[in-house]
Amino acid sequence: MANFYTDNKDLKHHLHHPLMQKIVALKERNYTDCEKYDYAPLNFEDAMDSYEKVLEIAGEISGEIVAPNAESVDHEGPQLIDGHVEYASGTKQNLDALVKAGLMGISLPRRYNGLNFSLVPYIMAADMVSRADASFVNIWGLQDCAETIYEFANEGQRMRFLPRVCAGETMAMDLTEPDAGSDLQAVMLKATEAEDGTWRLNGVKRFITNGDGQIGLVLARSEAGSHDGRGLSMFIFDHKNEPGLTVRRIENKMGIKGSPTCELVFKNVKAELCGSRRMGLIKYVMALMNGARLGIAAQSVGVSEAAYREAYNYALDRRQFGKAIIEFPAVAEMLAMMKAKLDASRSLLYETTRFVDMYKTYEDIARERTLTPEERSEMKYYSKLADAFTPMSKGMGSEFCNQNAYDSIQVHGGSGFMKDYACERIYRDARITSIYEGTTQLQVVAAIRHVTTGTYLNKINEYAAETYAPELKPLQERLAAMTEMYADAVNRVTSFKDTEYTDFQARRLVEMAGHIIMGYLLLGDATRCADFIKSANVYVRFGEAEVNRHYKFITEFVPENYAAYYKHEA
Amino acid sequence: MSLNIVVLAKQVPDTRNVGKDAMKEDGTINRAALPAIFNPEDLNALEQALQLKDQNPGSKITILTMGPPRAAEIIREAMYRGADTGIVLTDRAFAGADTLATSYALSVAIRHIGSYDIIIGGRQAIDGDTAQVGPQVAEKLGLPQVTYAEGVKIENGKAVIKRRLEHGVETVECPLPMVVTVNGSATPCRPRNARLVQRYKYAVTPSEKANLSKDMMKLVETRPYLNLYEWSAAEVNADASQIGLAGSPTKVKGIVNVVFQAKESKSLEGKDDAAIEELVKDLIANHTIG
Repeated sequence: MANFYTDNKDLKHHLHHPLMQKIVALKERNYTDCEKYDYAPLNFEDAMDSYEKVLEIAGEISGEIVAPNAESVDHEGPQLIDGHVEYASGTKQNLDALVKAGLMGISLPRRYNGLNFSLVPYIMAADMVSRADASFVNIWGLQDCAETIYEFANEGQRMRFLPRVCAGETMAMDLTEPDAGSDLQAVMLKATEAEDGTWRLNGVKRFITNGDGQIGLVLARSEAGSHDGRGLSMFIFDHKNEPGLTVRRIENKMGIKGSPTCELVFKNVKAELCGSRRMGLIKYVMALMNGARLGIAAQSVGVSEAAYREAYNYALDRRQFGKAIIEFPAVAEMLAMMKAKLDASRSLLYETTRFVDMYKTYEDIARERTLTPEERSEMKYYSKLADAFTPMSKGMGSEFCNQNAYDSIQVHGGSGFMKDYACERIYRDARITSIYEGTTQLQVVAAIRHVTTGTYLNKINEYAAETYAPELKPLQERLAAMTEMYADAVNRVTSFKDTEYTDFQARRLVEMAGHIIMGYLLLGDATRCADFIKSANVYVRFGEAEVNRHYKFITEFVPENYAAYYKHEA
Repeated sequence: MSLNIVVLAKQVPDTRNVGKDAMKEDGTINRAALPAIFNPEDLNALEQALQLKDQNPGSKITILTMGPPRAAEIIREAMYRGADTGIVLTDRAFAGADTLATSYALSVAIRHIGSYDIIIGGRQAIDGDTAQVGPQVAEKLGLPQVTYAEGVKIENGKAVIKRRLEHGVETVECPLPMVVTVNGSATPCRPRNARLVQRYKYAVTPSEKANLSKDMMKLVETRPYLNLYEWSAAEVNADASQIGLAGSPTKVKGIVNVVFQAKESKSLEGKDDAAIEELVKDLIANHTIG
């Protein structure tokens, strides 16, 4: 009986982080819901016990149903039938199980039939489902879009759509168009207002994950004649009940083949405005994307976990020269690095999730009552950290995921290159994580201002001031030295006051901050649980070497050198 | 129509994950070394009951299990999946029961429940593999029975049941009330539901309730559905001579620890169809296949 929650004690460790006491108390408004709902927690311990019990269900479904289906889903994939998507049979089974288990609308309030869970257990379920099948988490994880309806739609729309999501209807986030990928300001899909106040959508969307989902959120141009982001609004359309949307094509992808990536044609599709006109891109898509980025960070960690486990098990079994290959230093080091990157990116994922959870919960409370000045400043503090940590977690986590998938095949040797082992699917599935919801390069664009404005350095200094287990002192000293290099590198780059030059060095700077942050997070983990000491040791040494490398590059670089990077020839 | 459905379930040692220490030296099961689980085919039975409840709103599912007080665990497990309540039939006097005594005890408990339209159980339990209890319960209650079921529906007040037989499928109709036993080949049971887990996790039997803190006891008292039932032999008016060891004609004479060894082997030569045919005939003759 495979259970992806109980077989991975790292998850329980992250679930029981000290900040959870505060997060859950805020989320549960001091446990007042239990008077109204008989499934609401009575107190903190009760809530945590429920999180664990529900994660055990998600872990069991991941291990017993989703993971065993992953190979057939990869082979079979979704089909396009009469303009609609038919999921692979395994995908249908997965979705049916998760819906019956009530694992839709996990973090939505109870009044919409949600579970009102903290984001942490939700992201943890996404972590496990991704380990089981990275393609399936896209379909299931699109319940994230419901958050956007909750935050920005009116109460009538919430009441109509959110209970449907909780009952198992899937969603889609229709943003990308043939000429509007990373640059969403170029979106062309037209929204016109009818006389009765409803809207009609006409145009084409491309690369839409689960484009045939029952409820869609669409970014469309509502202001005729406009050409930039200020002319775009967000719409909700009820694909289940309104005609006019056809799936023209399902893309044939390299990986996550079970997830239908659709080209959609809208012909006079009736839709309703979500929130205010002209705020579609400026406000709502940004919120939607941040949620989605956290989701991809979780997917990256889950796939990384799968890659590590495949490699570890193979290295234990495979014997060469009279012993298991795990006993050879070269293989052992690869596995230690894989585990360290996995642990580091997971720790960053849950730290980020807690930051998001804190500020979003305060935002939600602010809809009910005025926040106290202390609460308001705490909300701002966590909101800024969430903004800084989300692109870092997605960017670095997805790169580590790709590296682990690569190394997983390397550990398998020639067998890994054959279609016979799961590592080849994992390798293909991993590849998208550093591309969609903003490439790693775009995550750097989002993160760099937190380098230049000092968000990362301030947080690093807070981490440095925390108390760690005495045996970790040498690692703490290394991190302090790395921080000095980072601060110096930031000063050197920004002293030129040349944004183009800063952009050129941006990835190096963000990565330096990331290595230091993940190093400290692992020290925190190792202080609370000795199992992490190994990864803390491996990761801090790796991070130190990376920080040194970047530091050397930056300090020995003068802006005149970078012209060489722009003279491209075919 | 709304139905009163009774699901017969058993908590069994997980014999599918047998390790070295699964058996004691005397050949009896070392229960401490095996986790206690919901008997797998009883889960198939529960799924049939849940489907009936889905199709017949207002129906009520009661889990009936005989065993030690800890068997209440499987009642909660069933409630997490959609059952409404449950009864643990527990008494030292029930101990040592064979299938006859068990089915007697279950049948008097069902009579004690009073109102029932359909009684559903798994075909057999993985610790005994007899497949006798369901049919015997039907006999003792004087009810019609259908075995090897894969699907149960109610149509025009009657049960319509698909049976999985050795060489095909048979669909039969049966008046209510009746007893049905369900095959492992039927739909697997749905997963535990997140909301139901939170609603029912504090459901307790009277003996479990006695160990609760004051606060929890108060909670259980304000939520009637958290109170499970625990019935003794006296409570169900069981005849002492028909339960437990006294009511069990089956006596275990001895237990032998069998270790499989290849005693004899036979080699067949040849590469053509005739050789394969000879092999298949041999396998059929010694009942390896067929």
